[in-house]
Amino acid sequence: MSRIDRRFAALKVAGRTGLIPFVTAGDPAPEHSVALMHALVDAGADIIELGVPFSDPMADGPVIQHASERAIAKGVGLADVLAWVATFRERDKDTPVVLMGYLNPIEIHGYQRFADEAVAAGVDGVLVVDCPLEEAAVLAPLRAAGLQQILLAAPTTAPVRMAQLCEAAAGFLYYVSFAGITGAGRLSTQDIAARVADIRAHAKSPVAVGFGVKDAQSAKAIAGFADAVVIGSALVERLDGAATAQQIAARVGEFLGPIRAALDAPTSSS
Amino acid sequence: MPTIQDFQSWPDAHGRFGDFGGQYVAETLMAPLAELTEAYVRLREDPEFLAELDRDLTHYVGRPSPIYHAERLSQHVGGARILLKREDLNHTGAHKINNTIGQALVAKRMGKPRIIAETGAGQHGVASATVAARFGLKCVVYMGAVDIERQKINVYRMKLLGAEVVPVTSGSKTLKDALNEAMRDWVTNVADTFYIIGTVAGPHPYPMMVRDFNAVVGREARAQMLQQYGRLPDVLTACVGGGSNAIGLFHAFLNDSSVRMVGAEAAGEGIATGHHAASLAAGRPGVLHGNRTYVLCDDNGQITETHSVSAGLDYPGVGPEHAFLKDAGRAEYVGVTDDEALEAFHLLARTEGILAALESSHAVAQAMKLARELPKDGIVLCNLSGRGDKDVHTIAAREGVQV
Repeated sequence: MSRIDRRFAALKVAGRTGLIPFVTAGDPAPEHSVALMHALVDAGADIIELGVPFSDPMADGPVIQHASERAIAKGVGLADVLAWVATFRERDKDTPVVLMGYLNPIEIHGYQRFADEAVAAGVDGVLVVDCPLEEAAVLAPLRAAGLQQILLAAPTTAPVRMAQLCEAAAGFLYYVSFAGITGAGRLSTQDIAARVADIRAHAKSPVAVGFGVKDAQSAKAIAGFADAVVIGSALVERLDGAATAQQIAARVGEFLGPIRAALDAPTSSS
Repeated sequence: MPTIQDFQSWPDAHGRFGDFGGQYVAETLMAPLAELTEAYVRLREDPEFLAELDRDLTHYVGRPSPIYHAERLSQHVGGARILLKREDLNHTGAHKINNTIGQALVAKRMGKPRIIAETGAGQHGVASATVAARFGLKCVVYMGAVDIERQKINVYRMKLLGAEVVPVTSGSKTLKDALNEAMRDWVTNVADTFYIIGTVAGPHPYPMMVRDFNAVVGREARAQMLQQYGRLPDVLTACVGGGSNAIGLFHAFLNDSSVRMVGAEAAGEGIATGHHAASLAAGRPGVLHGNRTYVLCDDNGQITETHSVSAGLDYPGVGPEHAFLKDAGRAEYVGVTDDEALEAFHLLARTEGILAALESSHAVAQAMKLARELPKDGIVLCNLSGRGDKDVHTIAAREGVQV
């Protein structure tokens, strides 16, 4: 059983909704990246989604694009990200880490080389934004090495395709809660609830919902019907400008604390 | 199944040209792309649609464009005859309208009232704004802030045509960033919006669709050659940024094995300086903007900033069909520097009375090189993809002239 599968099994037993924060690796401060990961866990993260900076993040909004640009300007690359995960693993053997990013950095690094190094570093899953199911053959070396390929599903995904995604899902299926870019503010809870209920009934893995979740209230609204909640842009925005490990940990705590509490409050049932 | 013997049979059903092309996009785009692919695959064989397209190409765009023997330029160069396919004479002054008129008709058939476009030099933006006005569609054009500064006339032209021009200030503030932004708009507004991509890049079906609409250039040129010269040219040349005018010229000739094809990429200040936009001549296979192709990137896979005197060639990727033709050995791709393009610009102006676009001037420079290598009865057919009026200020500024 993979680390991700174990984590979701434990959440189910405990009757809790998972919290999956996303941060861009190397932002706001490359030297505190590992400290940031530990701070996320301390604040209640069940799984960490670590963004690999890319120069042309087509599916992300301005907040994450700018975080990527800042990290790239400081020289952050895939090798750094893998090194940080390895260091994080020295102290944390349990929290799953998913790398989220775009195909080109992996392609240029080399698929087999990336697969070997990521597994050695302790990475559990990869979510390659611009690699849909149709193109996923290129990621075969990653899957063979034991990395789970996290798939995305969207409100625009057609029923036949949704069935294919549910069948192919590994780790968790990431449902983007509206047809748009990350960080924009549209969210119709009823729409999402209905779609997610249907997906959960068919998917071979738990369902995490993300895109547009920005605070305790919006997280709580989703917690009622999802296995986990993903929070990205709002957190990345909150971290912008934090310079020391202490500042980073404080902001993570202030931001994720109320969300964790809201997810764990007794009224939330799933 | 497409075969290497039949170069015109690509892409395959998945939008792949050999190892290149495909649909490398986020899940949110898969449904709109499926909708578009289904509509376009039907329309490209619909006689009524093709007749409507043909009518507009004839009466609105002004096709066919002539092939013109640049006699004085050829004499000056001293070699083979240089013929120019005069796409600069099209309505709006470039080949770009062949594609936008086609896509606007597809948008109309799909019932999408709003079109969006990205633009580099502004030519595709103007061509999109033009057809939006022609068909009564709302039009939003994304353009890098740097490009807006160097192409002010085209920005104003778009506004006169009723389009909204949105400056893009992320990344390098040029074409690739405008493309990212347009993709985001499309993801967010797919229900009523049609995205007119201006070159043979992007996810399937765009490379095929944009190629199909520009292939009229080569079809005409091939027929004109046979009719007027009783033979095919020895070599074709065209400039390559994304590569739409080049594939437009090349496609009809792909199975004519006697015809050599040379794409002229922007070598900027010279490929060795790193300041260039020659993805095929100096890049490597990667994934950018929805397709696998040759890209300019560093060892971390980050797309690098490009340089060219011409905004329209300033792009770090290239259409996947060109990547395929390069690897298959069917076409060659070489770099032409800023200085060589400017020299060709001036020479063409003075010997033939034609102001070529800076993009097209790269092709003219390459045509001159090729003509020198061939005997006097040889023929080089060069795609003069656009006119140079838009570049007059850039050239004056570069040469220290106050206009």
